[in-house]
Amino acid sequence: MAIIDLANPTRFLSLVRVLLPWLTALCVASFAAGLYMSFFTAPEDYQQGDTVRIMYIHVPAAWLAMMCYSIMTLSSLGTLVWKHPLADVSAKAAAPLGAAFTFMSLVTGSLWGKPMWGTYWVWDARLTSVLVLFIMYLGLMALWRTMEDPIKAGKAAAILTLVGALNLPIIKFSVDWWNTLHQPASVMRMDGPTIHPDILWPLLVMAIAFTLLFVVLHLMAMRNEILRRRVRALRMRAAAARPAIARATVQAAE
Amino acid sequence: MTGWAGALLQREMRLAVRVGGGALIGVLFFLAVVTVVPFGMGPDLNLLARIGPAILWIGALLSTLLGLDRLFQADREDGSLDLVLMAGQPLELVVLVKCLAHWVATGFPLVAAAPVLAIFLNLDPVAIGAVTLTLLVGTPALTLIGAIGAALTVTLRRGGLLMAVLVVPLAIPVLIFGVSAADAAVSEPVPFLTPFLILCALTLIAAVVGPLAGAAALRFASD
Repeated sequence: MAIIDLANPTRFLSLVRVLLPWLTALCVASFAAGLYMSFFTAPEDYQQGDTVRIMYIHVPAAWLAMMCYSIMTLSSLGTLVWKHPLADVSAKAAAPLGAAFTFMSLVTGSLWGKPMWGTYWVWDARLTSVLVLFIMYLGLMALWRTMEDPIKAGKAAAILTLVGALNLPIIKFSVDWWNTLHQPASVMRMDGPTIHPDILWPLLVMAIAFTLLFVVLHLMAMRNEILRRRVRALRMRAAAARPAIARATVQAAE
Repeated sequence: MTGWAGALLQREMRLAVRVGGGALIGVLFFLAVVTVVPFGMGPDLNLLARIGPAILWIGALLSTLLGLDRLFQADREDGSLDLVLMAGQPLELVVLVKCLAHWVATGFPLVAAAPVLAIFLNLDPVAIGAVTLTLLVGTPALTLIGAIGAALTVTLRRGGLLMAVLVVPLAIPVLIFGVSAADAAVSEPVPFLTPFLILCALTLIAAVVGPLAGAAALRFASD
């Protein structure tokens, strides 16, 4: 099935109906495995003790926060360049998810920062740029809500998403460019990860679980958005038909 | 500059100067922001001298945001935006010319007022020169980035507040490098030129991205 076949919302909905139970089951299974590994098999850190386990939530959430925005950027290209009808549905559905993952990584990060760095918050490059990302998600959601026509709102939001995408490389490389409190990248590196496999494996399983969670929620949100738009279209059609009915009854009474 | 662009520039300038003194209200607001800070922080002159460049930059950012919602909204209300769209000139250039006129009318007065306000904040002459120079280079970037937000919210009835929320995250890099260049001129370790050149680069990037995105947003808002 080519991606252009998915342009038909009905076909997309039936595909979602088939895929969703499997993906949900897979997501629950990988969360079970990932949580078990991160709580029981992963060793304590020799310096950080049990608090290192925050990492298994914090790091995947931070990855997802950026992946969400990347998906929104691709969807915005789909809206503006190819005018794919589901692209702006995908972008709109991803925004609240991205905001939630960003919020989760900020909260878990500050909970982890308190025992490790002695403070909940510092104005370090990575933290600040993620906070900016969070504000951008909220701004995009606000823009979507203030515009009534979903097509128009989708285009406006797509432009803003693409402009904001300039922030993504800044977040990714902020820890390498500015040497501040946050530690540099240790998993996604050119010369391979620098952390021990005992910690790396639970982290990767959790990353898969989080990604599946995102996919499941994203598909659900897209389905809801399509249905919401159908309801809107039906209501508009009903509202357009009603004056004619009223006029017809008046004429019949005369 | 071709004929239509010159005419558009002239029109924008006239409107900015003649309609209700709109251009200078930004400077007045700038003065108000700078006046409020010593009341909030206490009148410690050493502290004010240290954070002076930052206060001036934040004041300039807020004043720019305040004036931006008029950039396209007024033209949309009286219908001239539609005429500009239908005139068939490249919309990116139209946005660029409008930004230029808007900056000359509202941004440049801020830059001109900065040295005077800097005296209130007890800045030494080198710092005054540095902060004025960074504002001169950086405020066009604020206007150009703001044009994106102004174009996106042009159809909304109460778009001003939303515009500020959308623009501020995009303007943060300009603020960071503007302030750090002004600070670098006074206190040693980093040379002034490094952050200053990045600030110049940000303005040039904004001169490309701003008109492109703004024009696209206006096109979508019109149909």
